[in-house]
Amino acid sequence: MDHKEMPCPTADTWGKSFSSGNELLKNISSDDTPLTSSQRPQQKWEDPSMLDYNTRIEPPFQDFKQRSETQSSLPCNPNNHNKVTDEDVQMNGTIQIEKIQDWDPRAMLNNLNFLEQKIHQLQDLVHLIVGRRSQALGRPDELVAQQKQLITADLTSIIVQLISTAGSLLPSVKPLSGTTPTGQLGQLGGLFLPSSVGPNGSVQPQNNGGSKVSDQSNQMDITVNCGNEQNYNMEEHESKDDEDADEGENLPPGSYEILQLEKEEILAPHTHFCTICGKGFKRDANLRMHMRGHGDEYKTPAALAKPNKEATSEPMLIKRYSCPYAGCKRNKDHKKFQPLKTILCVKNHYKRTHCDKSYTCSRCNTKKFSVIADLKTHEKHCGKDKWLCSCGTTFSRKDKLFGHIALFQGHTPAIPLEETKGPTVPPDRGGEGNEAINKVRSINFNFGSNAPNGNEVQNTADVKGNIEDPTGYFSPLNFDTWNFGGFHEFPRPPYEDSESSLSFLIPGSCNYTVPGSCNYTQKTGAESSSNNPE
Amino acid sequence: MKKAKQFQFQVQPLINNNNNNNNNNGLSFSYFDLLSEEIVFTILDLLAPNPLDKKSFSFVCKNFYFLESKHRRILKPLRSEYLPKVLTRYPHVTHMDLTLCPRVTDSTLTNIASACNSNLVSIDLSMSKFFTGVGLLSLAVKCENLVELDLTNATELKDSAAAMVAEARNLERLWMGRCKMVTDMGVGCIAVGCRKLKLLSLKWCVRVGDLGVGLIAVKCKDIRSLDLSYLPISDKCLPSILNLQYLEDLALVGCFGIDDNSLAVLKNGCKSLKKLDMSSCEKITHIGLSSIFSCTICLEQVTLANGFSVNLDLADTLNKLSKLQSIKLDGCPVTCAGLGAIGDWCVSLKELSLSKCSGVTDEGLTYLFTKQKDLRILDITCCRKITDVSISHITSSCTDLSSLKMESCTLVPREAFILIGQRCHSLEELDLTDNEIDDEGLKSISKCSKLSSLKLGLCLNITDEGLAHIGMSCLGLKELDLYRCTGITDSGILAIAGGCPGLEMINIAYCKEITDNSLLLFSKCAQLNTIECRGCPHITSLGLAAIAAGCKQLTKLDIKKCYKIDDAGMIPLAYFSQNLKQINLSYSSVTDVGLLSLASISCLHTLTILHLKGLTPSGLAASLLACGGLTKVKLHASFKSLLPQAIFEHLEARGCLFQWREKVFQAELDTKCWKLQLKDMMQ
Repeated sequence: MDHKEMPCPTADTWGKSFSSGNELLKNISSDDTPLTSSQRPQQKWEDPSMLDYNTRIEPPFQDFKQRSETQSSLPCNPNNHNKVTDEDVQMNGTIQIEKIQDWDPRAMLNNLNFLEQKIHQLQDLVHLIVGRRSQALGRPDELVAQQKQLITADLTSIIVQLISTAGSLLPSVKPLSGTTPTGQLGQLGGLFLPSSVGPNGSVQPQNNGGSKVSDQSNQMDITVNCGNEQNYNMEEHESKDDEDADEGENLPPGSYEILQLEKEEILAPHTHFCTICGKGFKRDANLRMHMRGHGDEYKTPAALAKPNKEATSEPMLIKRYSCPYAGCKRNKDHKKFQPLKTILCVKNHYKRTHCDKSYTCSRCNTKKFSVIADLKTHEKHCGKDKWLCSCGTTFSRKDKLFGHIALFQGHTPAIPLEETKGPTVPPDRGGEGNEAINKVRSINFNFGSNAPNGNEVQNTADVKGNIEDPTGYFSPLNFDTWNFGGFHEFPRPPYEDSESSLSFLIPGSCNYTVPGSCNYTQKTGAESSSNNPE
Repeated sequence: MKKAKQFQFQVQPLINNNNNNNNNNGLSFSYFDLLSEEIVFTILDLLAPNPLDKKSFSFVCKNFYFLESKHRRILKPLRSEYLPKVLTRYPHVTHMDLTLCPRVTDSTLTNIASACNSNLVSIDLSMSKFFTGVGLLSLAVKCENLVELDLTNATELKDSAAAMVAEARNLERLWMGRCKMVTDMGVGCIAVGCRKLKLLSLKWCVRVGDLGVGLIAVKCKDIRSLDLSYLPISDKCLPSILNLQYLEDLALVGCFGIDDNSLAVLKNGCKSLKKLDMSSCEKITHIGLSSIFSCTICLEQVTLANGFSVNLDLADTLNKLSKLQSIKLDGCPVTCAGLGAIGDWCVSLKELSLSKCSGVTDEGLTYLFTKQKDLRILDITCCRKITDVSISHITSSCTDLSSLKMESCTLVPREAFILIGQRCHSLEELDLTDNEIDDEGLKSISKCSKLSSLKLGLCLNITDEGLAHIGMSCLGLKELDLYRCTGITDSGILAIAGGCPGLEMINIAYCKEITDNSLLLFSKCAQLNTIECRGCPHITSLGLAAIAAGCKQLTKLDIKKCYKIDDAGMIPLAYFSQNLKQINLSYSSVTDVGLLSLASISCLHTLTILHLKGLTPSGLAASLLACGGLTKVKLHASFKSLLPQAIFEHLEARGCLFQWREKVFQAELDTKCWKLQLKDMMQ
């Protein structure tokens, strides 16, 4: 974040918020794989408010509207917005002179990626301000104004870039579409933006932004990397695919620079170390936050700012990485070498392919992983693959199973084993049943459980057998007329019959439901009660 | 044609066979044996209305017994315990109705399956409990011709059981209402297994959602009738349901997951749909209705009860439905403009129900009925704002009205009822409960000679004189409700009982002047199956005995608060009324002996016994145990502690439900007081 423009008087409050943010950051980053120094430029994305990353894109624009409405009250840049359009026209003018090329969607994508990041960055800043505002109310107006300026400047740059990017597509400016967005961006950064926000103090961030733009436009792949990195940060688990994503990249050999990290470097838990106390960090930003504790000189905006890339103006080769493991396809000496795109890819690849799987899933105790993120992904779904099709395929989501069944003839949902196995006694009646049995026993009137277990013969037989006892309750009456629902006429053999007939009824095809395992056989009350859940 | 030929062909050889056999036997010759099988079957067909006749017929001779066994297709056993024997006697049974057997276990079903095999076409388990998927599996596998299966109220049936049902590949009609444990998985199995399903009811299967219903729509393309009431379904499955090519009847009552937006996405028309019920769909407004009606233009019957506000917008949506014949708007707030628009758009309306609609006024109805001429069935129950103006318009435009229900239209003056009798001669069903009708009105209504059901409950202005007119003219009357008609005495009943021999249902509750004489008269109405004479203090056991002896069809009897009825009335009842299913004995003077004697009525399944002074706990226990077929018993809560828990558990295991009431003993109120009290409560 470009906070370094913050004036000193408010540095303390900033510091506070930073320190709180720092803790948050630590929490967030503790699970992340450490980044190497070459990733440093991208670390600005790991802002304390990174958690909000995925929320919305719109708010900054809404903010922008509000700002522009209130802008007249700001003394510093009264007609910032107007200028933008002026410059836009001016820019178009310059661009028209440029040589005409074919419109490059790839470059466009890069631009959009960049814009996206920029917006998120701004969003984070606003989040931070919002958060701080709720913390400390008595803030000097000056600071507020400066924040506004900062945001305005950023927004201006975003809008200009957006317009220029869009301009490359408009039919009315067809001649323009020939120019590479790269060029436009470069101009944006170099020519126009500084002048637009020139008078006020927030020139620097815009300049940074601008220079970055030119960086990016010069080396598109960094933007891509940047995007990847960001993905990684916000949803680390999806980085799994990164490794394979570049399978079909087919960069001609020699068009990129190959870097190879050593094994120790890859496996090191920390990549950033405090020069004073030696504490290690996964991220440079964390280190910088940490450094503030070592003295006031580390609290200056310059010290806290993300180190800029050196030699930005020089064109750089695309970077690709090689796995240090000899014989690996990802090793640069391999005949069909396929390079890895980012440091993170290297790390994950190395751990997955060449290291022990030391993380075991605590739920199933079978699945093992070498990357902790993979374990977490698995744990999220472990045991949830309960949607089963008759063909044996399992699904973690019910709608996926139903989609599968709708698609294929003859496939049918398979009812989980536990359910068929259990007796049809509803669980909530189980307890009652137990209780009932005890009660029944105590008065020697053995009905057994009243559950439909198929043990009714036993039960009713008991009833009949013990009928003399209960007559005690109603002794004054004659019971000759009552035939007890004809229970005594109930034939016993059908049980054995149906049991045997059932066994042939169940073909192998439906063994997934295991109908035979239903509590069909006769059971004593005690037995069935022991089956009942609590 | 084909049958007739077969008949001719078979008669001759059969007679010959019989002759030969009997000649050989020599002595045991019976002329009944000369009758051919076909002739006996024809006779048995004609005996179908009364099961007892068939029973008597089968006892004539061995041949008849044998032929009756061979002829019977439908079996409705009282006890599942006797089924093995019964099934050997009736090997050709195709329809099995087990609604009277509360306890149907897996072994029962297995027995039925192995006895009926492929003969079995239909089985009704809607009132039964205690069976599981195992029994259903044996049915599904052995009875390959099973087409109809009713599993309503099988609340404990799980997905595994549904998977067993899915093995019945030829199933065409399946009711699963209130199978609350069944989820998408179970329904999914059925969708895949029973591809020939034409009717499926999933009402109250609250665990079935979009996925299960969606799969039904994908796999069972032959569905004609689908009941999805109270399911948590949303727009995800609606389009596929309405894509069903043959769907005619769709019920979406209380589907709260469906809103206007989910209906807006419907694109493809469902041309086949004729009947749609969207009652109580809270989230749907006229906008949603407009979208669904525009793709179901062939609708004939629409039910939009509870929740829709019937205004101009809603009525305009009906514009698209040119074939609409029936609209039910029960319980909806209605505006005049809405009613008027319905009158404009729906020109061929046959049935209209506005019961309990607030906002129904003379103005609205007047406008509606200037356009509607063909209406046959009209329900304006509790439209309390309408007066004789509406009645005048209704009767003058809809002279073909066959059913008119206008309970509690209290502002309609007595003169208006004369119009009904003068103009609507085709009335068959008339509900005038709680109205101002008087004897003049009844005299006029007696011109409706086709009248079969007349309800006059709480009509305090009518007397014996008016009733006499009804008794003289309405010979086909089957149902008469005189609940709390305090002006009625024995002489009124004399006219009714004499004039309406076909009477099936009579309610004389709280007609305090009624004595045993009326019951003696009613005992001549042999078709009588329901008698409610609650709160008639003059009725004694003597009258009840006469009823028991005369009305063999009696299935429902309410003698609550008939204080003079005692055990002497119960014993003849127990002896003669073998069809009795439901009895209310509360507040009567029946004791242990009377109650226990009822145990000999094998059909008895519902028993209400509150505040019986002479009933002891042991007597109650004995009676309950002795009545094998009980499914529902209403008891005072005090008995809960007086009897051992095990008895209740045993009875529950037999399939009996207990309802405990805490109500204290209540003295009886005068009807007018009672009515005033009711009004107070309503306000």
